[in-house]
This record gives sequence, C-alpha cells and structure tokens, in this order.
Amino acid sequence: MKGWMQVDDLTIARTLFGTSLGFHIIFATLGVGIPLLILTAEILFQLKKDGHYATMAKRWTKAQAILLGVAIPSGTIVAVQMSLLWPKFIEFVGEVIALPFQIELFAFFIEALFMSIYVFAADRLPPIARIVSVALVAFGALASAVLITDANAWMNTPRGFRVENGAIVDVDPWQAFFNPSFVSAASHVAVSAYMTGAFVVGSVAAYKLLHRRIKKIEYDYHKKALTLALAIGSIMAVITALNGHEAAQVLHDHQPEKLAAAEGLFETTAYAPLVLGGFTDQETGRVVGGIRIPWLLSFLATGRFDGVVQGLNGFPRDHWPPAYVHTLFNLMIAVGIVLIGIAALFWVVKWRRKQKPLPRWLLRMLVPAGALALSGIEFGWIFTCSGRQPWTIDHIQRTSEAVTNTTGLMPWFLLFVTLYVFLCIATVVVLKAYFKRRPLLEALGEKQSTRPMGESVLR
Amino acid sequence: MNEALIAVSILWTFIFVYAILGSIDFGASFWAMVYARREPTQAGSIANRFLSPSWEVTNVFLVLLVVTIVVFFPRAAYAFGTVLLIPGSLILILLTLRSTFMVFTYTAPRYKGILRIISGATGLLIPGLLVSVLPITSGGFINTVQLQLLFGKLLQSPNEYAYISFGLSSELFLSSLFLADYAREARDETAYTSFRRHAIGLGPATLITAMLTTWTIPDEASWLKSNLAAQGPWFTLSVVAFAFGYSALWWPQRKKQKKAGYPRVAVLSIIIQYALATYAYGVARFPYIMYPDVTADNSMTNPAMFKALLISYTVGLTLLVPGFILFWRLFMKDKQYLEQED
Repeated sequence: MKGWMQVDDLTIARTLFGTSLGFHIIFATLGVGIPLLILTAEILFQLKKDGHYATMAKRWTKAQAILLGVAIPSGTIVAVQMSLLWPKFIEFVGEVIALPFQIELFAFFIEALFMSIYVFAADRLPPIARIVSVALVAFGALASAVLITDANAWMNTPRGFRVENGAIVDVDPWQAFFNPSFVSAASHVAVSAYMTGAFVVGSVAAYKLLHRRIKKIEYDYHKKALTLALAIGSIMAVITALNGHEAAQVLHDHQPEKLAAAEGLFETTAYAPLVLGGFTDQETGRVVGGIRIPWLLSFLATGRFDGVVQGLNGFPRDHWPPAYVHTLFNLMIAVGIVLIGIAALFWVVKWRRKQKPLPRWLLRMLVPAGALALSGIEFGWIFTCSGRQPWTIDHIQRTSEAVTNTTGLMPWFLLFVTLYVFLCIATVVVLKAYFKRRPLLEALGEKQSTRPMGESVLR
Repeated sequence: MNEALIAVSILWTFIFVYAILGSIDFGASFWAMVYARREPTQAGSIANRFLSPSWEVTNVFLVLLVVTIVVFFPRAAYAFGTVLLIPGSLILILLTLRSTFMVFTYTAPRYKGILRIISGATGLLIPGLLVSVLPITSGGFINTVQLQLLFGKLLQSPNEYAYISFGLSSELFLSSLFLADYAREARDETAYTSFRRHAIGLGPATLITAMLTTWTIPDEASWLKSNLAAQGPWFTLSVVAFAFGYSALWWPQRKKQKKAGYPRVAVLSIIIQYALATYAYGVARFPYIMYPDVTADNSMTNPAMFKALLISYTVGLTLLVPGFILFWRLFMKDKQYLEQED
C-alpha cells in the first residue's frame, strides 16, 4: 500500500489525465454518434410518415440530453485539466496549434445552442426547422471531435514551426492545422464514433427484443430501431476499417517507431510479417506467442510485399514506446473485425428470415456489441497516446518535460476517479428512471390516437 | 494599438461577458433552490425556465475564457496552470456535479430535493472560487520563484474574503435583477415581487463589498491600489449608472395590475455599471496578468498566430450571431415559452 502511494508524480499526472479523457471519450463519442441517428429518424419520419420514427427521435433525444449533461462538464474538465497538469505543453499549444482549440469553441457553441433549441423549443418549430436544428447539433458535435482530434494529430506529427535554441520560431498556424495525420486521424475518429453510437443504440434495441412478454407493437418498434442502427453501424464499421488502414500507412511514413511497436517488429526488413496477438518482450526483442502472417505488414504499410518497414532496433532505446501498445493495437483491430462480423451475420439472417422474428441467439450476440464498440474506441485512444511515448509532442517535447511541478497529486487522482465512478452510476440510474416513468407503450399509444402528424415529437 | 493591448481587451471583454452570464446562471440555480419548496410563488420555476435551455451555453463561455487565455497568452496559461492546480481542480469537480445534477433534476424528479440543493449550493461555491483568481494574481499570494500558490496566506487574508463577498453579492444581485425582468416578461408579478425585493436588498451590498476589496488590498499589491485610485472618474460614472438603475426599481407603472419598477431599465443600467467598473479595473491592472512576472506583452503568442486567431474569432463570432438571436427569441421573448404552466 505504501509503495503504491509513492508512485511518481508524472505517472499520476498521466493516469489522472488519461482517466479524465477515457471517461469523457465515452460521452463525447456517443454525443457524435447519437445525433446522426436522431437526424436519420427525423428524416425517415418525414419521408415515411411512420410515427415510430418520431418516437425514436424523441426518446433518443432525451437519452442524448442526459448524456450531454455529463459530456459537457467532462469536456470542460479535460480542457482545463490540460492546462493544469501539462502547463509546458499548453504553452506550445498557444504558440503553434491554437487554431483547432479556438475554432472548436464555435462548434461547441453551435452544438449547445441548437441542442437547447431542439430539446426545449421543438414544439414551436416547423418540421424543417427541427431537422435543421438537429442537423446543426450533429454538425457541431462532429466538428468538435474533428478539431480536437486535429490537436492530437499535431502531437503525433507536429508541423508549422521550428525550435531554435529553445525558442519557437517560424510559426505557420495553418501548416500546423493541416499536419500530415489530420485527415486520416479525424476521419477515423468521426466514422468510428458513428459506428459506436449506432452499435450502442442497436444493443439497447436488441436487449429490448429479448424480453419474453414484449407486445407486437413494441417488437415492431424495436426491430425498426435495430435495423436503422445496424444500417448505419455496418456502413461505418466498414469505412472505419478502411481508413484505419490509411492511418497505419501514415504511421509508416511519419511515426515509424509507433508502427514498429504496434506490430512488435524489431528488425528493419522488407517482406515484414504481420503478427496477430502475442505479447512483445522488449528484452529479448521478440513477440511471445501470436500468429505470424508472412509479408502482410510490408504490404499493408507500403502497398508492396518488398516494402521496407523499420523495426524498433533502428531507434534509440529511450525512444521506444511501451511494449503493451502491441496488445492495444491488436485489441482495437479485433474489435473492428468482430463488429463487422456481427453486422454481416445480422444482414444475412435478416435477409434469409424475411418477416419472421429474429433468432434469439443473434439478439444475444448483438447485446454486447455496443460496449465492445466503446471499448474499441478506448483501445484506439490509449494506443495512439501511449504509442507516442516518451513524447507529448513527437520528437519535440517529452512528457516528463510537459508535466506540472506541483506534487502530491494522488488525492486529486482519487477524488476525480470517485467522481467519474459516481457519475457513471448516476447516469445509468437516471436513464433507467426516466424511461421507466415513460414506458414505450404509452408513447406509441399516444402517438397513434391523439397526435397529428408533424406536431411536436418532444415533451 | 499594439497587439498585446488588442488581445488583452478581447480577453477582458470575454471576462466581463462571462461575469454577467455566469452570475445570472449560478445565481438562478441558487434561487431555484431557495424557492424549490415554497408553493405560493412561481419564483423557483421562473428560475428553472431560464436555466434549462441556457446553462449549456453559459458553460461554453467559461471554456471560451480558458481557451482565450491559452491561445493569446500561452506563457500566462503556463503560470495559471501551475499556480491554480488546486483551486482549478476544485472548481472542475463542483462544476461537474452542478451541471450533471441540473440535467438529472429535469429528468428524474424523484431525487429533485437533493439535486436542487447540490446545484444551488455549488452555485454559490463556484463563483466564490472563480473570483479568487483576482486577488491571487494581483500580488502577495504566489511564491514567484517556484510558482506556487500560498494557500495558507490566501485563506488568512481579509482581501480574499472581501473579493468572495463581492463576488457572491454581485452574483445574487445580478441574478435577482435579471430574474425580476424575466418574471415581468413572463407576466408573473408575484415572482417579480420576490426577485425585486432581493435586488433591492443586495444592491447596496455590492457597492460596500466592492469598496472593501480595495481597502483590504495587501501591501504586496499596493500598485493596484494606486492604479485603481487613478481610475476615480470611471468608478464614479459606474456608481451613477448604479444609482440610475437601482432607482428604476421604484419608478411607478401606469397600468394598475403591474407592480412598481422598470426591471429592464434596471438590468441594462446595472450591466453598464459593471461594464464601466470592469473597464476601469482592467485599465488599472494593465499590463499585469499575474503580478509581477507575467504581463500581457511577455506572455503573448507569436504575431502569425495572433493574426490567424483574430481572423477566426471574427469569422466564428459573426457566424454565431444568428444562432444567438434565434436562441434569444425562443427562450427570452417567446410568450408561449415564458408563460407556460408547470
């Protein structure tokens, strides 16, 4: 216990900030993903005039409003904590990569303004204005994610300045903004968030469909929700895989140490093999266990089997990322593959079964898909940040140079962790309480009897 | 005008805007707590009707403030980050509890009581902590060699408590004044009467505590005292604006069914009062961001970045204007929203 309390301040600062980010990412990802589903449901309602889609939009919006209650403050924590824990890094941010942070504010404003308008003024807006509002919420959320990812991309591939005798000179803000990994990283984050939001909603629908005493009308509703969610989820899962591949090629060009550590490659070589699974042992320079697929890594990274991929041994030992990034990288890819598999299975079964109910084994497979997708997002972010170590800004600033000189961070770490655990529990309790008070049957019944088309979907 | 002066003026304008918006926001959740259980008046639900759509937007202004410091004054951000780790972390935890609980209150009425108390109480604590940044950065409370906050010294300083009481009385004064106007707009004269009464009581308190903050300035920050004295004319104008706005609470109404007072005139004059005082205080502090080592000039970002930021602030804020106008019309002017039953 005593030894544990004596962890060095750098490790605590990293763990604290990592925990804050890891917590925020859950809500931020859903905040990007769910508005797209709401928008799709709103549009489907206007096209098909099927009240079920209006109910979906209404209920997803309520859930999203609750999640936003955590996403906004946790995002504020990340923004401020970055200055508090990494003051030397933030100095660099202000000098070189200030633009995405500042433009993100406007995206944040758009999201907050139109979320309030959509939630609290929907009944006073005509359908087209409602669709525009929710489209702007979706746009604001997406733009925030893209811009913040840009800052992270710049940390991986810093551009737009030179360091001369410790001073930052020749700053070109837009060159920093459009750094080499911006496009691949931002699009990867965007489509993976859409994928995750869709799979999480799909999970809930699948869980509801498993209830034994479900009414016909509820079954139809949840089946439509599941189909809509998986339609978006499947497309996004495939795009995520494709541009994930592109992101790996950017690693090959700009962060070879990271790619080598991700793949557990020690010797620089052509015809490099791809190693799936196993654990990297940095002492012996080998991957223990795992399946080796000859030539594949060279092909994936360079597009040619005889392409040369740099191994870790070509870099100074103190530039090596930690060994576990190989595992994180594999886990992230495994999640992607499993999700594509589940989605493919869903469409095959649905197509073959036509109008018959979906088999329970398929629904049981779909229930954990949302949590799996979220864990894939977490693996990916931990991979990209740990894989950059020991640097905060690749080959410019070490993490140990960026950290605050304030000591005794452990109590704060414990306090924030307690806060996050508490908020997770509270979110679940509140979501459950809310939907228990407003059963779906009531919402569907009221829709069909009293409400004319095109009127409020909220309240 | 040099670049540092432009940047500091933008920052100071945002600080002023957030001071007003934040006061109304935090104050409203305090009043919502106070009036939560009092049945005959609708004052609590008036406060909530304002808060529900607006708190998210107000919160963005806080982030805007932090980001503006970071992007314009990176070296000041470094100093702030290092010195304010403890109060900053505390603010973050309280802010998170408040925001989430406010959202949860609307969705899970079963826990309404406790949730209201927490969001109301944090609505007092957070502004108290936020306003402490002013005494901390004006000298005497930082070990400038190691950049460490002298927490014990701060807690023993009458200056800190003067600032906290000024912050809290301003928060409650501004919010009750604003809610009085909001209640009038919603044609709820009983709520109007309650908030008008609070505004009348709190108005003089803001002036007294404001004077206390200057009298208790510690010796290490005597520079600020003399600079503030030099801004006498501006502060006098500010007091005149106060007197005008405060008196508007008694101006008689022509229609019989309305109670005395023109809250809209009062709100606008008091905002002008705070604008004048903020301007004078800002001039007195210039060029120090954190006395004595961090000034606007020596913590400025590079010219290339400054130019890019200026363009993006102009474009971004211009694009947002229609959004703010729509927001205003839907939640501050629309009778259907203001006069709903609940």
